[in-house]
Parts: sequence; structure tokens; C-alpha cells
Amino acid sequence: MTGTAASLLERLAQLEGDGLAAIGNAGNGEALEDARVAYLGRNGVLADAMGAIGTVEPERRPAVGQRANAVKQALSVALEAASTALAAADADADHPTIDLTLPGRRTWRGGVHPVTRVIDEICEIFGDMGFTRVQGPEIETTWYNFTALNISLDHPAADMMDTFYLDDGVILRTHTSPMQARVMEASEPPVRVLVPGLAYRRDSFDPSHAPAFEQIEGLAVDEGVDFVEFRSAIQTFVRRFFGVDTKSRFRPSFYPFTEPSAEVDVTCSVCHGSGCSTCKRTGWITIMGSGMVDPAVFEAVGYDPERYTGYAFGMGPARIAMVRHGIPDMRLLYEGDTAFLEQFA
Amino acid sequence: MNVSVNWLRELVPGLDASPEELAERFSMAAAAVEGFEVVGAGLDEIVVARVLEVERHPNADRLSLCVVDAGGEEPIDVVCGAPVIVQGALYPYVPVGATLPAGFTIEARKIRGEMSHGMLCSEIELKLGRDKSGIMRLPDGLEPGTPLVDVLGLPDVRLGLDLNPNRVDLACHKGVAREFVGDGVGLTERDFGATWRAEWADGDAEAAGAGVTVRIEAPDRCSRYLGAVVRGVEVGPSPAWLAGRLLAVGGRPINNVVDATNYVLLECNQPLHAFDLSTLTGAEVKVRAASAGEELETLDGETRKLGPADTVIADRDRAIALAGVMGGADTEVTGETVDVLIECAAFDPLSVRKTARTTGLSTDASYRFERGIDETAQEEALTRCVELILAIAGGEADPVGVRAGATPIGLEDVAVRATRVRQVLGLDLDDDEIAGLLEPIGFIRRGGTAGGGGALYGVPGWRGDVTREIDLVEEVARRFGYDNFPDEPRRFRPSVVPEHPGFKRAERIRRLLTGRGMLEARSLSFVPADHHGNVASVAVPNPLSAEESYLRSAMVPVLLRRLEHNYSRGRRDVRLFEVGTVFDTVALEPNANGGTSQRDAGLERYHEESRLGLVLTGSREPAHWDETSADLDLWDLKSLAEDVASGLCDGVVEACLTGVDSRADALGGAWLGTESYRMVVDGQTVGVAGAVNAGAVDSPPWAARAWALELDLAAVTSRGVAEYVSLSPYPAVRRDLAITVPFSVPFADVEDALRETGSGLLEAVRLFDVYEGTEVEDGRRSLGWAFRFRADDRTLTDEDVEAEMSAFSAVLEKRFDARIRTS
Repeated sequence: MTGTAASLLERLAQLEGDGLAAIGNAGNGEALEDARVAYLGRNGVLADAMGAIGTVEPERRPAVGQRANAVKQALSVALEAASTALAAADADADHPTIDLTLPGRRTWRGGVHPVTRVIDEICEIFGDMGFTRVQGPEIETTWYNFTALNISLDHPAADMMDTFYLDDGVILRTHTSPMQARVMEASEPPVRVLVPGLAYRRDSFDPSHAPAFEQIEGLAVDEGVDFVEFRSAIQTFVRRFFGVDTKSRFRPSFYPFTEPSAEVDVTCSVCHGSGCSTCKRTGWITIMGSGMVDPAVFEAVGYDPERYTGYAFGMGPARIAMVRHGIPDMRLLYEGDTAFLEQFA
Repeated sequence: MNVSVNWLRELVPGLDASPEELAERFSMAAAAVEGFEVVGAGLDEIVVARVLEVERHPNADRLSLCVVDAGGEEPIDVVCGAPVIVQGALYPYVPVGATLPAGFTIEARKIRGEMSHGMLCSEIELKLGRDKSGIMRLPDGLEPGTPLVDVLGLPDVRLGLDLNPNRVDLACHKGVAREFVGDGVGLTERDFGATWRAEWADGDAEAAGAGVTVRIEAPDRCSRYLGAVVRGVEVGPSPAWLAGRLLAVGGRPINNVVDATNYVLLECNQPLHAFDLSTLTGAEVKVRAASAGEELETLDGETRKLGPADTVIADRDRAIALAGVMGGADTEVTGETVDVLIECAAFDPLSVRKTARTTGLSTDASYRFERGIDETAQEEALTRCVELILAIAGGEADPVGVRAGATPIGLEDVAVRATRVRQVLGLDLDDDEIAGLLEPIGFIRRGGTAGGGGALYGVPGWRGDVTREIDLVEEVARRFGYDNFPDEPRRFRPSVVPEHPGFKRAERIRRLLTGRGMLEARSLSFVPADHHGNVASVAVPNPLSAEESYLRSAMVPVLLRRLEHNYSRGRRDVRLFEVGTVFDTVALEPNANGGTSQRDAGLERYHEESRLGLVLTGSREPAHWDETSADLDLWDLKSLAEDVASGLCDGVVEACLTGVDSRADALGGAWLGTESYRMVVDGQTVGVAGAVNAGAVDSPPWAARAWALELDLAAVTSRGVAEYVSLSPYPAVRRDLAITVPFSVPFADVEDALRETGSGLLEAVRLFDVYEGTEVEDGRRSLGWAFRFRADDRTLTDEDVEAEMSAFSAVLEKRFDARIRTS
């Protein structure tokens, strides 16, 4: 009956493994006691196995008996250790040496303004498309602000821009577009520039208007720049800035310095096109005015309008920041309230 | 501009798209549709009722008891609060159980002791208009009991168009309808059922006929004046269909003659005006400049004082209308009017614009004249108006129409090349395809391609905005559909324009300061003249308010205002910075033109500068349970200042305590307190920093001290490239030295001397202790220095280091009267 000894040894090995696991997994005193009773108890599996030693052939009995005692010893030691550990854990729970849930030592959290973040992201995306940032004067002449851009002050189109006059022929720029003319006067194509900066209009300060506001103008001029390229550049921007699933649409519009002119809408980031108060229930948010550079502008700056074409666009980062963060009142952006600014830090 | 969808459907039969679809199509093809409003919704239960009897309520002066016929078998008693109720007239009636658009249901109830079964209502209660002055009188001749919506042609949808300034042609229903006209569909104008074909009495400056004389005395302000006379009209309410049209677009029916002129304006964009002919002196009208101080009471009841820049219509004796803007009160068509003169004229856009601006009157007429009307369609519009008046007000039109001024020559033809379309739009369209896009909206192809010049198109009279090839290219793009263009990414193109270095500099500052717990603020550039003691010099002559009448000349005062805002909200920990532009005027040498071009003329009087402003106050760190934080002090400010400046420039930033210069004055201001200094690079003042004067900020008692800094960003040049210094493998030797020096010796001078004295072996010098007190002699303080020496090629010996240390002692003793402390 050699098989009996072998199978009992196998049973003991199995029993030892299972018992150690049961003791190790016992998370509290009750479970530990259950494991003790199951493995080491009077009617436990080990007692049962030991009872079977009598059935083993006599010459193998001492070896099997030894093995059984070793298993009993191992389980007892493990049981003792687990019991001590559980008791220590109980004691720790009553008198912790350190409470790791206490708050850590903090420093003040700084942050850039939410409008700056929008400006930087816009500039980064167009920067990747080859645009460089330029800067122009905020105090501007009427020639650059209006004349060069094909804007006649006698035309109702100028009503859209109520102007702060400083002097005869000198104003606070009503848009950052005058840099279009300054840049083209100074360099030959290819031109690809962004003009982030402040612009001024005589609007009273209310929830959706400010007399001074950020604007980003973009201009791309070269041979062979057409409406298809213009749409493609703007769509690339929209997908990167607003997300790949954002749809855009181009609507006819009018600006004296672009023709054809277009307003660009994107699907509302709040309702995703189903209509909400942010998008005035249209599902769309207008993000820019744009179009192909009017040949009259090229003539004003000395470019050959038959050779060069281009596109231009203008965006209001404050409005975009308001939509992005759900800010209901434009004035909040300019109050410098630290509790407001910290929300975006 | 509001349009009625029902009206559009009448003009374009077969236009069966839903109002939502029409709004969408129009937005994508022509101009934004911003308003969408159902007019006359929820009025199904409201019917026409005739007031059979009316008497005063026995218990209330302001109420009337009416007996009305609402088409049912029995007359109905209704109590009504309107001031005027005409027996026999028709009004909208809300029966018991019906619900008004505002949402409440009418019940039979006792009002001051009298039963009222339903109500008669006003425009505003029906949400049809703004008029709440009384109940809404309906035209005579309607059958009591007829549903109101059938009478008024409702419900309708009112689309609010946001028109671009170049597309005034879309300010009328025909204009909008044209955008929807596809191939094979024409416009169907309403048949009024009356006909008038004028025999024109023409003249250049003067034309006479139909019993009136028309004279253009200011041809530069009025190119044409057409008139027609209708005699024997019966002025009264307009028929319901006409009233319904006007209500649908948000207008207010006045009387049949005035409504007729408004209807034609809204149909075909020609501003018309009706005069009561009997009120004109001398049976004449002339167009002339107003005389200085001439007065005119306009239709809105205001008496206007005019000047020679204004243009008026006058009779023999006086001004009777503000040309192209508004009619006069004296000559308006009233219930007593019998004979009318209808005006259809072409006024100069600029002169109308001037008058509209100076009088502050922006009217339907001035809007259109400012943007240009179709001079070739004036006969048609006048005819339409006369026919409509004949149809709804009766009377007889004089067969003669008067017509003064030059015959309009029409608009010039414009050519468009298929090659240009390809160049600008990237679309491969041939001449026929281009024509297919342009012809449905009224452009007339004048034959084939004319050589390289492109195909020539006649421009319809209403499209005065189309004068150049690019205008037609835009029409092609618009008609093709902006969103039908192919999606083709194009190749990357570089830019030859270098980037302005200021952007990177500002980014570096933002990164640095936000990393140190500062919050970026943005503020508007406007300030009052005296701003926290900082005097601004660039005045804004037309400011929004006195608080915004100057442009800022420094950043810190603006931030101090923001600090006060935070104080007002109870915030004690404030750390703000802003990168922005400040403005100043420049005193010019007489006769100096600065070599600026004509295009820049005037800018030489102004200076703009990019600045960093920074303000901080409150705790150094957020409160923590383990320890309390001290308040920010001068050394926190200095550390920020040094970080910012050394992050921006190569030179060493020195804190200069003595001496003032004009630059520091320009940068600083009254806010600078006693613990302040100039930031100097290479001898140039680049900024100021220090404590904020208590008087410069309105601070609450719980506020901590405030610190501020202003830095000229152009003065700190961009950082060069760091050059590698070889790293020695040999060990360093450290030595300390404690000295006492008189208080008058600044730390910085001692440090400079040590660095100068040290040989190439001196790797680092650090101040580790400053002590003043009983351990040192009076009038002196102790400075503890730590040195680190290292050689590139060997391990240093004691002798090497002792030689260095003795040299230091000697120099310090000699130069600063230093005494070496022995510990």
C-alpha cells in the first residue's frame, strides 16, 4: 500500500498550503478563529489527516508522522503571527502614530489668466501652421486702422466700431487689424502673422462688452492662397482648439477688408449643438470673423493684387474663454479678484 | 430687420421648406438669422366680435359694460377696461374657457358686481405687438365669430435678420425672397386689385403736374423726387391682411394710407412718405438745405432745431419733413385727410447719415437711404403704393405723376474671369457655371467671355454694393455655398516675418511668477487723471466716464485698484501681476517731424511701453495646521524681483538705494514707500520695487503690508545662451569668515570686493549670517561669509586656501574698516 503514504503526504502538502493561505487572508479575529478550527481544531482537516496515518504501511509511518507534525507546527506559528499582527493593527487603530489623511504643507498656487491661456493656445496652434506673432501700437492712425483696410468712415460699416479719438487722425485702434497693413508694408510675401493685443471700442462695460478687449488677428498672404486653403486652415484650428468632434460652419458676412467674408461658427461646447442659453438656442457659437483679403488692402500696402491672395481672421479670446469656462459676465475677467483667478490656476 | 415667413411664401410660391429650414438656408447663404419667433401662436380660440352696446359700469368709472356679438346666437355681456370703445366696431374677443398666449384662462366672473363673460383684448395681451394703450380695433367689414388668426393671416413666423452693412437689398421681403428663388421660380407680388399707370410730368430741377410743383433746390443731396396725388381717400384702419403683415414683422398699423407706404417699404425697400396735401402751402414741395436754426416738429412729437447740414422737404413757407429721415407732424395723414401726396425720392446717403446722426434718429427710411436705394425702381414702388391706397382707402389717383431730377443711369456692368474665381476661391468653374450661380439672383450676363477680361454682367439696381470683380467672386462663393467647398489640406507655408521677442519674454515672466504663486490679472487700460498718486498724461477726449478719461501710465497703480477690490471682498492674501502696455505723451521739438511717414503722422506725440506690474500682500504661505506663516516681507519681494530680472536679462540686477533719476520717476509714483529701491542693470534704471505707501491704498485694518514692483520690459534685454563651465573632479575646500563692518557699509559692496579679490580658485561666496547686537561693537554689524574653493587640476592644499583667506581679510580691513571676528 505504498500509494497510501504518498497520497497522504500529498494531502498534507495541500493542507499546509491551503491552511497558510486561510490564515494569511484572515482579516479579523473571527476569520482567524474560523481558520484555526478548520485546520487545527479537534475535528479539523489536520486531525483528520493525522488519524489516517494508522492506515499507512508501518515502515513509512514515522516519516509521514514527522511531516504531519511539521505541518501542524507551521500552521501554529503562522496562526500565532497572524493573531499578533491583528492585535497590533487593532491597537494602531486606537492610537495611530501618524494620520496620513492630514493635509500636506501647501504653497500658493499661481496661474495665468484664463484669457491668456486661450490666447496662448490659439497662438500655439497657428504657430504650428507657420504663423509668427507680431505686435503693433495700440495708439494708431486712422490711416492704418481704417483707410488701409478699405474702411470709409462715411460708410455705415464704420458704425460697427465706435472709436476713441485721441487727436486729429490718431485713435485707440478699434481692432488689431491695422498690423495687417504695417506687416505687409514692411515685408514681402510669404506672410503669416498673428497679432494678439488689446483693441478699443466705445462700448460701455457690461456683461458682454468691454471698452478694451483682447483680439487676435491672423493674416496669411502668398501666391496661390485660396478660399479652400483658408477653410482648411481654420478647420484645422477648430479641431485642435475645440476638439476633433467639433463641427464648424462658414457663413457669409461683411468686413470692408475681406472679400469674400465669412463668420465661422463652431458647435456649442455646452450643448453640443442641441441648443442652450450659451448659444442662444442655435447650437452654434460664432468664434471669428474672417475672409479673403480684399484686393483694396493689397493696393494700399503696395502688393500686386493680381499676384497675391490671402486670408485674414480675427477672434475675441475673452468671449471664447467665457464660453469655455461658463463665465456669465465679461467684467469678471478684468476685476482681478483672486478668488476668481484661482479657479483657473 | 424682421421678415414674415408667410409673406415670403406669398412672394415665392412653392417655397414649402419649414421656417426653421428657411432660417438655416438664409443664414448659410446670405445673412445671419438671429431671431425666430412665432407670431399669433395660441390665438386659435380668439374670434372677431362686434360691440353692439356700450355703457359705463355703474360701480366703476373706468370700466364699461359691453354687449358683444361674437358670432353666436346670443349676445354676450363683457366688462371692459379700455378707455375708448366704439359702438359698432370690431375687436378681438376671448371667450370663456379660452387661454391667452400669456397662459391664463378666461373665466366668467363678476367684476364690481357685473358679470363678464370673456374679454376684449389689446395687442400686447395677444402678443401681437407692443401697444397696450387700448383694445385692438379691427377693420370694419369682418364677420363676427371669424377666428382672429384667419383674419390676420396668422400664425406666422417672424425671422430677425442681422444684415451686413453692404446688403441693404435684403432689408425687404422681395430682397430676401430673391435669395430663395431657384431656377424656374419667379416672385409673385400680391395683386391689390387696383391699377395706376402714371403719365409722367418730368423736369430736371422742377416738375409740375397733378396740381403740385416739385422743386429740387439741393441737387447734391437729392437726385430724384417723384410724387403722386390721390384725392378723396377715406382714412381708416387697414384691412386685416395688411394689419396682419405689419404685426407679423413687429410693426404697428396706423391707418390705411400710412400702412400702405410702410407695406411697400417692407416689400421692395423704397422709403415712401405720405403728406396731407391740404396742409401744404403753395401746393408745392421743394428739397432744400435747412436754414440755420430752422425748426421742425417731427412725427415723434419732438421739435428739432436744424442747420444747413440738414436737408428738409419744404412747402412754400416752412419745412415739412426731415428728408430721408422722418416726416413732419403738421403735414401727417390723419383721420381728416382727404387728399394725399405720396413722395418717393432719392436722397444722398452721406447727407441722410449726417442728419440721422445729429438728430439721433435712426428710422426705417434713414437706414435704407444711408446704405443706398435702388433708384431704377422708384416708379415701380410709387405705382405699387398708389395702387394699394386706391385698393384700401379708395379715392382717385391723379393720372399725372411728377418726376424731378435726372433719370437714373443704372449700375455699371462688372466683369468676372473664371481664372480669377479659381485664383481666389480655388474652384474650377467655367463661365457657364459661374453664370448659373449669378443669374438667379438678378445678375444679367451680357454675352460670352470678352477676351482675357472675363464675362460681363449687368448689375441689378438693388445691388449697388457690387462694383468690382471681387464682389462678383464673393457672390459666386456665396451661391456655391461656403460649406460646399472641397476639404483639401494645403501645403505648409513658412512666414518671413520674425516673431516679436516680447511674446517669449512675457511667457517667461508668466511661467516664473505663476510658479511662485502669483496670479495673472488683466485690466482695462483706462484710468482717472490721478490714479493712486500716479499722474497719467494721455487723455481720452471722449471717455465713457471721468474714471476712464486717461490711459494708464503705469501698471502698479492699476493693480493697487485691483488690490482694493480684493480688500472690499475681504481677501487678505493677494498676489497679482500683469504684463501690459502703458502710455505717455512725448514733448516734441518745434518743427520736428521725426521723419515719420504721413501714414504715421501724429503717433510721434505718443509713447507706448510694455511693463510688468506686480503687487503682493498677505501670508507667505497658505495656513497649515503644523505651523503659522509669517506675512510676506521685503525679502519676498526682492526674491521675486531678482528672479524676474535675472530670468530676463544677462546683466546683474542691482538694488540701488541712493540717487533718483527721471526714469525711476516714470516707473514709480506716489505708491513707492520708504523701503524701496531702483532696479539697475548696467547703470540703467529698469524698474522700481518696494513697500506700498500706506496712503496710496485704501486698506482695511486687517490688511498686511503691501509690496509692489514695476519693471520696464524693453529695458531688460533677452537672455543670451548659457556657456558651459567645466566641472572639476577635485574636492572643494570650505571656509567661513565672520567680520564686523560699520553700518554704513552695504552688503553688496563687501560681496563685490570679495569676488574681485578671489582668484580663479574661489568657486562660491555666500552670506550666511547678519547680526547686530550686544555681541558686536556699537555702530557695527557682523556679516558671516561662507566660501567654497576648488581647482580644476589638483586637490587644494591648506596653503592655497590660507592665501585666499588672508587676501580677503586684508582687503576688507583696508577698504571697509572691517574687523575679523574670531569664534
